[in-house]
Amino acid sequence: MSDTVIKVENLGKKYILSHLADKREQLFSSLLVNKAKSFFNGGKKVLSSPLSLHSPSTSSTEEEFWALNDVSFEIKQGDRVGIIGRNGAGKSTLLKILSRITEPTKGRITIDGRVASLLEVGTGFHSELSGRENIYLNGAILGMSRVEIKRKFDEIVDFAEVERFLDTPVKRYSSGMYVRLAFAVAAHLEPEILIVDEVLAVGDAEFQKKCLGKMEDVSNKEGRTVLFVSHNMGAIERLCDRAVMLENGRTKFAGETRTAIQMYSGNLQESMNSSDISSLSRTGSGAVILTSFSLENGEGNNVISTSSGETVVLVFGYKCPEQTVKRNVSLGFSLHNSVGDVLSLFYSDYAGSTFEISNYEGQIRCKIENFPFSLGQYFVGTRIVINGIEADWPRGYVGSINVESGDFYKHGTFGNAGLGPLLLSGDWDSR
Amino acid sequence: MSEHQLVIEAGRGERHYWRDLWRFRELLYFLSWRDILVRYKQTVIGVAWSVIRPVLTMIVFTVIFGKLAKFPSGNAPYAILVYAAMLPWQFFANALSESSNSLITNSNMISKVYFPRLIVPCSAVIVSLIDFFISFVVLVVLMAWYRFLPSWQILLVPLFLFQALIAALGFSLWLSALNVKYRDFRYIVPFIVQFGLYVSPVGFSSNVVPEQWRLLYSLNPMVGVIDGFRWAILGGDAQIYWPGFLLSNGLMVLILGGGVWYFRKTERIFADII
Repeated sequence: MSDTVIKVENLGKKYILSHLADKREQLFSSLLVNKAKSFFNGGKKVLSSPLSLHSPSTSSTEEEFWALNDVSFEIKQGDRVGIIGRNGAGKSTLLKILSRITEPTKGRITIDGRVASLLEVGTGFHSELSGRENIYLNGAILGMSRVEIKRKFDEIVDFAEVERFLDTPVKRYSSGMYVRLAFAVAAHLEPEILIVDEVLAVGDAEFQKKCLGKMEDVSNKEGRTVLFVSHNMGAIERLCDRAVMLENGRTKFAGETRTAIQMYSGNLQESMNSSDISSLSRTGSGAVILTSFSLENGEGNNVISTSSGETVVLVFGYKCPEQTVKRNVSLGFSLHNSVGDVLSLFYSDYAGSTFEISNYEGQIRCKIENFPFSLGQYFVGTRIVINGIEADWPRGYVGSINVESGDFYKHGTFGNAGLGPLLLSGDWDSR
Repeated sequence: MSEHQLVIEAGRGERHYWRDLWRFRELLYFLSWRDILVRYKQTVIGVAWSVIRPVLTMIVFTVIFGKLAKFPSGNAPYAILVYAAMLPWQFFANALSESSNSLITNSNMISKVYFPRLIVPCSAVIVSLIDFFISFVVLVVLMAWYRFLPSWQILLVPLFLFQALIAALGFSLWLSALNVKYRDFRYIVPFIVQFGLYVSPVGFSSNVVPEQWRLLYSLNPMVGVIDGFRWAILGGDAQIYWPGFLLSNGLMVLILGGGVWYFRKTERIFADII
């Protein structure tokens, strides 16, 4: 079981970015104009602007961009490999090359086995056609033969739970039904290698669980290789035994999933402006100055991201210019979304904790169990008061908390991550 | 295991291309099937549309060229003379309009799934072929109406249909591939189709073209196709102008060959620029 099925060597993909107003639709006229220009210049190349400092052969409005560069890794048979990285790290480009949608600019990939890729659910679905017709159409697009689809038809319909609507045009389907049907078709492909992009981002929690389960089955019981891209570290951790981390088009790490995820989190930290709080403009008496902000996980390790439902400790560092004893000190912090709305404000005295501080420097810490925020990035503001008098209020954010989807409800469901920032817990009953 | 080994490298798409094309042949069937199913959804008279258009054009041409301009038609009724040309022309024109946009309308599939892209314009041509067969039924009705009995030559219609298919495919490959990069072709194609109707011998017999211009006239590949259809359907009276016929055919093969070459060359960047 240790055969290498995918071998990627020095893979690179170059895009030419053109800075024209509309780069999607190239106009024939621009080609004609250039041809005409060179004609009237006796065949000499025309510089697109007199100020152009580039070599004459490249127009000043074009720029090379390597979406992938020198990417190498190997995948063995039966591996479940997660591909992680921030937006723009090259994950989608890698998948597109592996699925042969686009060609690499350099490098080489050797693949042993039939590949099926699922970069989007419901590719090629036609809204006017019925569920039944779309199963056949979508199956054919994904590379199944008619006989194969016919054989699996009942299984697909069962998995998608759409028996009653088989002859209804899919344009009348609810979005949930649509996604279920689309995934069901793809899930019943029988390739040796399955490539899946972030398809689990759609659909409800129940369905996501079903999909993850199906993907585990595909790999465990049937010994197939799965490549899986997601931003959902919870799903990656659960499903994948190995992970490849990409950063700016390069492989930063390929190996054990936990290490890759830790690196991904650390990577986020690096990329964040490790803000030197002391340089922020501020107001207050200055009796205590806030100097740093950091996050720890439940085990006391420094982290930058956490998951919903995890334990997280917010650590605020301070220093006191004068070494006098200060009593009744209360520290508060606020969490904001990306547009700056306050999502929560929490002073230590709300929870009945005030501090007495006299050291030159120290930390005030707030431990939150079962962290109740959903997938997203949250920004942290802070303020410290002594006896109700403002001592220090740095203006602007002192840091941010990246939250991945996590098992907040302890039921293996992630909830509707991203629909609302706040996760509530409560006891349900019916009478 | 090794029978499925696949190597992906820059500029190395060729290897499995024709084998893949064969493997995906059912997709060709399904795409054509989809387009035919979808085509007349939510229309009242449905498939009748594929009959009405050529019939109306045929009537107009018969009145203008046959009755008003009094062009000769030999011993065949003018309506049949026009309709015999209308069939391949309509097929060619539909194939061009449908296929030139086919890659754009399926751009979603192209950027998300791998399959030999040749399938997309080909399926558009096949859809037009279905329309051709429906329109052909009208020809039979028309012959019955005029009590016109075709000779044995009508058995050769499939041969000329094949010729029309080659022409349509050749132009379709060029236009669909060019349209991905230069959307100008969205505006050029309707113009070609409209213009072509008048420069091709649809409303009149190509015998009315002066002898010294016939070879030049045959540079239009549809001239050969239409003349062939007339010869097969109308019988011995409509003569095939052999030098022109061969020239048309030669051109078509060149266009198809070039079309395949250009399509294959640009296909690998479709997903990046579409």
